[in-house]
Amino acid sequence: MKAKFVIPLILFIVLVGFLAVGLNRDPREVPSPLINKPAPAFKVSQLADPSTSFSPEDLKGQVWVLNVWASWCVACREEHPMLVEMSKSQVAPLIGLDYKDKRADAMEMLARQGNPYNLSAFDNDGRVGINYGVYGVPETYVIDKAGIIRFKQIGPITKEVLEKSMYPIIAQLKKE
Amino acid sequence: MEYSMIPEIGHFALILALGVSIIQGALPLIGAQQGRREWLVLARPATQISFVLLAISFAILAWCFYVNDFSVLYVAEHSNSQLPTVYRLGAVWGGHEGSLLLWIFLLTGWAFAVAQLSKTLDEFMVARVLGVLGLVATGLLLFVLATSNPFERLLPAAQDGRSLNPLLQDPGLVFHPPMLYMGYVGFSVAFAFAIASLLSGKLDAAWARWSRPWTTTAWIFLTLGIALGSWWAYYELGWGGWWFWDPVENASFMPWLIGTALLHSLAVTEKRGGFKNWTVLLAIIAFSMSLLGTFLVRSGVLTSVHAFATDPRRGIFILILLSLVVGSSLFLYALRAPKSTLGGAFSLMSRETLMLLGNVFLVVAAGSVLLGTLYPLLIDALNLGKISVGPPYFNAVFVPIMVPALFLLAIGPWANWKSTNLNALLKRLWLAAVVAVVAAILIPRMMGEFTILTALGFLLSFWIIASGVLQIIRQFKAGKPTRSFIGMQLGHIGIAVFVIGVTMVGAYQEEKDVRMAPGDIVSVGGYQIRLLEVRPAQGPNYQATRGTFELGRHGKAEEVLYPEKRNYDSSTMPMTEAAINAGLTRDIYISLGEPLEGNAWAVRVYYKPFVDWIWGGCLLMALGGLFAVLDKRYRLRLKK
Repeated sequence: MKAKFVIPLILFIVLVGFLAVGLNRDPREVPSPLINKPAPAFKVSQLADPSTSFSPEDLKGQVWVLNVWASWCVACREEHPMLVEMSKSQVAPLIGLDYKDKRADAMEMLARQGNPYNLSAFDNDGRVGINYGVYGVPETYVIDKAGIIRFKQIGPITKEVLEKSMYPIIAQLKKE
Repeated sequence: MEYSMIPEIGHFALILALGVSIIQGALPLIGAQQGRREWLVLARPATQISFVLLAISFAILAWCFYVNDFSVLYVAEHSNSQLPTVYRLGAVWGGHEGSLLLWIFLLTGWAFAVAQLSKTLDEFMVARVLGVLGLVATGLLLFVLATSNPFERLLPAAQDGRSLNPLLQDPGLVFHPPMLYMGYVGFSVAFAFAIASLLSGKLDAAWARWSRPWTTTAWIFLTLGIALGSWWAYYELGWGGWWFWDPVENASFMPWLIGTALLHSLAVTEKRGGFKNWTVLLAIIAFSMSLLGTFLVRSGVLTSVHAFATDPRRGIFILILLSLVVGSSLFLYALRAPKSTLGGAFSLMSRETLMLLGNVFLVVAAGSVLLGTLYPLLIDALNLGKISVGPPYFNAVFVPIMVPALFLLAIGPWANWKSTNLNALLKRLWLAAVVAVVAAILIPRMMGEFTILTALGFLLSFWIIASGVLQIIRQFKAGKPTRSFIGMQLGHIGIAVFVIGVTMVGAYQEEKDVRMAPGDIVSVGGYQIRLLEVRPAQGPNYQATRGTFELGRHGKAEEVLYPEKRNYDSSTMPMTEAAINAGLTRDIYISLGEPLEGNAWAVRVYYKPFVDWIWGGCLLMALGGLFAVLDKRYRLRLKK
């Protein structure tokens, strides 16, 4: 008879447990469904030289990193030093995807902040971004030699992400 | 540059209020436990002082908005010198810190009311009730002072503020939070009474009698607050929806469902002494839902269009507060509830059984809403992925649970307490059943389309209305009805009106998305709408494009409507101001979209039959509550 009166308390404790765990999660973060799927094909002009183009095909056979950025993106400035470090370390080609931007603004930002990319592709209207499931900027993809997406970083790359996630994955993919 | 010190006074008032609340919370409760009269009597004055301090603090924040003091960070974030005065005042509760201050201000206000209106209540009980309210206020004041201080300074002051989100610059939205909070926070009184009676060990009918008017009043405000929010969404958001099962909407709906169950349970406890434990538990749960809702909206665990800007620290704090308040209450319940005596016995066929069933359905419905709201969080916490739960789940689960509750609603008032005869009930209700079935068959045919779901909607609503009318007729033959009786009828008929509105709009609304150039006509719902012209217009803090539409029927023009698309100076998002021609039996709703080639515009028109019955039903329910609260038996007691 007495036991049933404790039920509400027990249910509540379970609920609080879930809420406490939930506080550490980000409900807005949606994991990519493209992990282990082929990187969607595209062909767009390059940022610096509109007469030349870029396509993921060009890098088949290499492990490479695609970083989605824009001149209007504030968080991109945060991760810029990490990109510079990655580019200096020369572990993998770093390709930028300039997303929904104006060519002039983008070029100016690269000139001012420094250009860590081997090259940047110009995704003017965001179609490439849609295919890649980009819903915020910056986002970064690690793509393997066969052109399969193996890792996606949502949000700015931090030192921890670089050292604990990206470098190890790139090293491992290179051995494949 | 000279800065006013008035915001600091507001801050200081909060710190003082914290001190007073600690006294109000601790001493009377300990005093009641140990029989120390000197501590018991501190309850009322402490409550009164708390209220005055919060009133000062709140008034000062409002003053900062009124005079555009942008050296206060919160003002700079939510207001702007171009903002019309009335919205500057509404902006006081437009963000997290200010709305929380409103929350606490209303909490001390309710406590003050209880202190003033409880002169005939046993002083131990008064001390405990006010003490519990003091503890809750303490927790919330700590939260505000530690993580959400509205008086934080921005030095040097901003030249001008960021302004209020244009969506919030609207009369409906100015009143929605205060109404809602009056309801949410008002359930703290029933909660305090429940805890007080558990503490004293005296769980009796007297406690229920005291709790009822307070609970009903809070319930009235909550009903109005939710209705306001829904009505606002309908006319402001531009696409005619009125409920989206958004987590924050659900956070206000769950206390309402539990509160409705509580209202009815209190009636049984007062009249028959039954359901005591169940009523106490409901009182605890109702307020817990209010606190849970406050947590969900401000902690960032759920995505919602409503959610305030989040900070993990705040989430942790509210969670701790929630755990302490609800956890200790449920612990006290587990300890003391088994000791309470049973109420009057009742047989299987009785009003008690019917009301208990109704309660069960309401609580299960609230549980289903809670499950749907928290499910994404549960799945994510268990690492099972990311999902979202929306209207398909809620409509599929909530509606079937409410159907039997609505069915029982019409029967309950006819049943006798303790024991009732089934045959007698059938004799009373056969006429209502006939009316309901006829309505269920005829009305869908008249409106043009018959489906089982719409028939069910009319069956239930007319079943309730017919039963109510029969009750009223019988009552008038017996003598003048009490206000309590009138209240019950209004409340129940209000639900039926609501269901009619929902059924009509859900089944028979028409929507057309068309391209219109000046001179074009579109027809919807038997009306013709002609676009006359589109031209620019100017508001106090926005630029707009305004369309002029002529609404007519059978070739005769009836009304002119002016939907707008506004660009506020402070925001890059364009706002749609729909034009609505409201009527008792239908709304015609016109929304201006994007400009198209060839001097044309994208226009969306709606025919919404009986949509205002949705909020009309809510108004009737609230009115019913008001009659119930004003019943003579409460007056007599106050006069003493």
